[in-house]
Amino acid sequence: MSAAQKRIVIAIAVLALAAAPYYLGAFTITLLNYIGVYALVALGLVLLTGIGGMVSFGQASFVGIAAYSTAWATAIMGYSPWLGLVLALVMTGLVAAILGGVTLKLGGHFLSLSTIAWGLAIYYSFGNIEGLGNYNGIASIPPITVGHYALTASDEIFYLIWAVLLVAMLGTHNMLNSRVGRAMRTLRGGNALVESLGINAFQVRLTTFVIAALMAAVAGWLYAHMTRFISPTPFDVHVSIEYLMMALVGGASHLLGAVVGAALIMLLKNSIQDWLPHIKDLNTEFLSGLSPSTLGRLETVIFALLFILFLQRARDGIVPYIAQWLPEPQREPPGEAEPLPRRDQPAKGTPLLQVDAAVRRFGGLVAVNDVSFEVRAGEILGLIGPNGAGKSTMFNLITGALPASNGRIVFAGHDITHSPQRAIARAGIARTFQHVKLRPKMSLLDNVLLGLYPRTRAGYIGSALGLDRAEERRARYEAMKQLERVGLGARPFELAGNLPLGNQRVLEIARALAADPVLLVLDEPAAGLRKQEKLALADLLRALRAEGLTILLVEHDMDFVMNLVDRIVVMDFGCKIAEGNPQAVRNDPRVQEAYLGGVA
Amino acid sequence: MDGVATGAIYVLMALGFVLIFSVTRIVFVPFGDIAAFTALTLAALETKQFPGTVGLVAVLASAATVMELFSFWRAGAYARMPRALFFYLVLPLLPAAAVWLTSGLTLGAPLRIILTIALILPIAPLLDRIIFRPIADASVLLLLIVSVALHFALSGMGLIFFGPEGVRTQSLTDFSLMVAGVPISGETILIVAAAGVFCLMLYLFFEFTIQGKALQATAMNRTGARLMGIRPAHAGTVAFLLGSVMAAISGVLIAPVNTIFYDSGFIIGLKAFVGAIIGGLVSFPVTAIGSLFVGVLESFAAFQSSPFKEVTVFSLLIPVLLWRSYTLLQSEEDNEE
Repeated sequence: MSAAQKRIVIAIAVLALAAAPYYLGAFTITLLNYIGVYALVALGLVLLTGIGGMVSFGQASFVGIAAYSTAWATAIMGYSPWLGLVLALVMTGLVAAILGGVTLKLGGHFLSLSTIAWGLAIYYSFGNIEGLGNYNGIASIPPITVGHYALTASDEIFYLIWAVLLVAMLGTHNMLNSRVGRAMRTLRGGNALVESLGINAFQVRLTTFVIAALMAAVAGWLYAHMTRFISPTPFDVHVSIEYLMMALVGGASHLLGAVVGAALIMLLKNSIQDWLPHIKDLNTEFLSGLSPSTLGRLETVIFALLFILFLQRARDGIVPYIAQWLPEPQREPPGEAEPLPRRDQPAKGTPLLQVDAAVRRFGGLVAVNDVSFEVRAGEILGLIGPNGAGKSTMFNLITGALPASNGRIVFAGHDITHSPQRAIARAGIARTFQHVKLRPKMSLLDNVLLGLYPRTRAGYIGSALGLDRAEERRARYEAMKQLERVGLGARPFELAGNLPLGNQRVLEIARALAADPVLLVLDEPAAGLRKQEKLALADLLRALRAEGLTILLVEHDMDFVMNLVDRIVVMDFGCKIAEGNPQAVRNDPRVQEAYLGGVA
Repeated sequence: MDGVATGAIYVLMALGFVLIFSVTRIVFVPFGDIAAFTALTLAALETKQFPGTVGLVAVLASAATVMELFSFWRAGAYARMPRALFFYLVLPLLPAAAVWLTSGLTLGAPLRIILTIALILPIAPLLDRIIFRPIADASVLLLLIVSVALHFALSGMGLIFFGPEGVRTQSLTDFSLMVAGVPISGETILIVAAAGVFCLMLYLFFEFTIQGKALQATAMNRTGARLMGIRPAHAGTVAFLLGSVMAAISGVLIAPVNTIFYDSGFIIGLKAFVGAIIGGLVSFPVTAIGSLFVGVLESFAAFQSSPFKEVTVFSLLIPVLLWRSYTLLQSEEDNEE
């Protein structure tokens, strides 16, 4: 589907929606209103769960906080509903920021389980606060007014609800295809990669969480002024799981999943409600004894069981299932744009990285014992040693993935010994991983674009409004250049997970280069590469050196190392045993002993 | 002193949580429901009513048996069917049959308790077979979502099988004691003692039996355990059985001191969970201390302002999590993709 066709489909859908009050009955419009409000909450969950990999069982309580805020402001204090909206957003945002702040540093299930607990706590609070009408709730909430026009009827607020939903979807869509959106999409699958790219994973998580809460807040505001009456019941924890169900059934990896899911669950709920009372007519002895409230619970049971069955059988949801039958979207490779500014490389031969008596202990084991060496600007330094020599630990000390127990590491004149990983990445050290860390479900281009995160500026709001397009064009052009440079420019929209392992390593190098580093540190880049690929990689590294880039590489393949590097540092059992040019190291008796065993 | 008693019950439940989570990676939210069902079953036996548990177990056992037979039928492994029939249908329904046979008789309290526990025991392993086994490879978060959904299904079924009335069983003992001028009821002593005994038994099981070591191994490294010939699915069943015992015991203990409804389990379970979080979902001793603390705090909160008692306990989560997030160094990389 081309971009033009896509626009036509969207235009028809919007027109069909806009005309809905003219051809649909009042009941259907009311149903559509509920679907719109629920879809807005589900959209937040798509962002949170489908994109960011966090699960919240507390969205209903965020809706509740917003609904109660606006109800209090308008029905009790008599202010305008628009002031109610401001209060709703502020209150919900604050609560989300505090709760997210304390839970998001911990593993995923801590967040989820505490959302259940605070969901209940907030529910009980609503029910027990005198000023908020206890369990009876707040009635006679005024309608939203636009100018002097009050949106009282269901086909009037209909336009507001769906306009808000469409704007939210458009903004989210823009945001996901931007610098910050790509950062959000990397959150699933561990912090190691995220932090090594110079991204503050906690901050991105927290922002995603707050954005999802704010969407719930807008939904809560709309809900309160649509139903004109609120009580604690619709903000209970079991409603939260219904929201989650909408997002997951619709397809949490897709924005449209929120709408499809909300519509489907809403319709299903309606038909179950229509159908349940008929069970009594079946006149079975067991079921006819049930009271109406029990029948209501039966609805929950059926829903929960359907949901479980769904999660067992089709975890991805409906929209991705349908999407795989649709024609592939045609995407243009990024065109030429003004290049992004580059860093100045230091003068060749000056010391760039100094490792001074670095020590790292794991309990009683000393993995790196008093190792010192330096990397000079413009050279390729090889770090070699037998298995278990402490190379990878050394590597992690330099990149900040592990803190050093002792010693000092200085990069370009700055002490980075205790700097967090992302600060080191931002200072100009880009790395690759021994076990390739890519985002397999993102395209090659998007994976390389991740490397550009510290070089670009666009924030959440700017991206949502589409103000980042000029910078985005420059970034995409840069990413495309790096892809071409490493020889992967032919299919930029291929998914990274579809590449063979060798190419995945090369893709990691392209991502590292996109960060415009001063020092490139490569962890076994030649592992899993074929002969021809190794030669190409060596040529690429030489070309980079010629451009003034400094490279530190940990490698096992001796041919590869000996023909490429300027100097070598050899480690064995955590200690440095030799340093020098390849020829000298090759002839060093201690190195021979470490690799071949004692000379008998 | 009530606080200590409630705390001791939370200890039992929180240990069950940690046990099941560490072995199977499932945060078993319906834990509290099972404890509540125990109390309801015991009350039904006491008033000589037919407990709804029988129906529940029958439904679950039939579903599990059908699934088990179906999978063997597809694999063509007919020889294994009788075994499945025995373990998934006959064994779970034995206690149910016993209840049915003794329905007219007056049973003594110890016999009622044993019968109740026997009735409750199969529920969690059966749920494991029906709900969790087909998605054993899923991420912790997906398992959690399923677990929460399962809680809602179960508590709804609780209403259908047990009805909306709350119950409180007869006291287990009317003995009481004065210590330094403070009266301590026998109930409290019994609860604390029972909790202590079961904690000790759990400790002994893990430290000194091969089965316990196997569970520990599975908790630490599933693949490694598998290579050593431990089947994670089997270890999971054992963990669920043990968890069931903990749930059933806490249900029996809480029945005489609290009025229990079909849906009371959730809140009780969540409070125990707060205790488990204090222990970081891994440490047994810290979990025990944390749960005791939750119980005591709750009784203080109830004394101050009872409507906000739940709010106080759940608000405790925030400082606890804050503390946890600074003390617990993240174990890296649970790759989701």
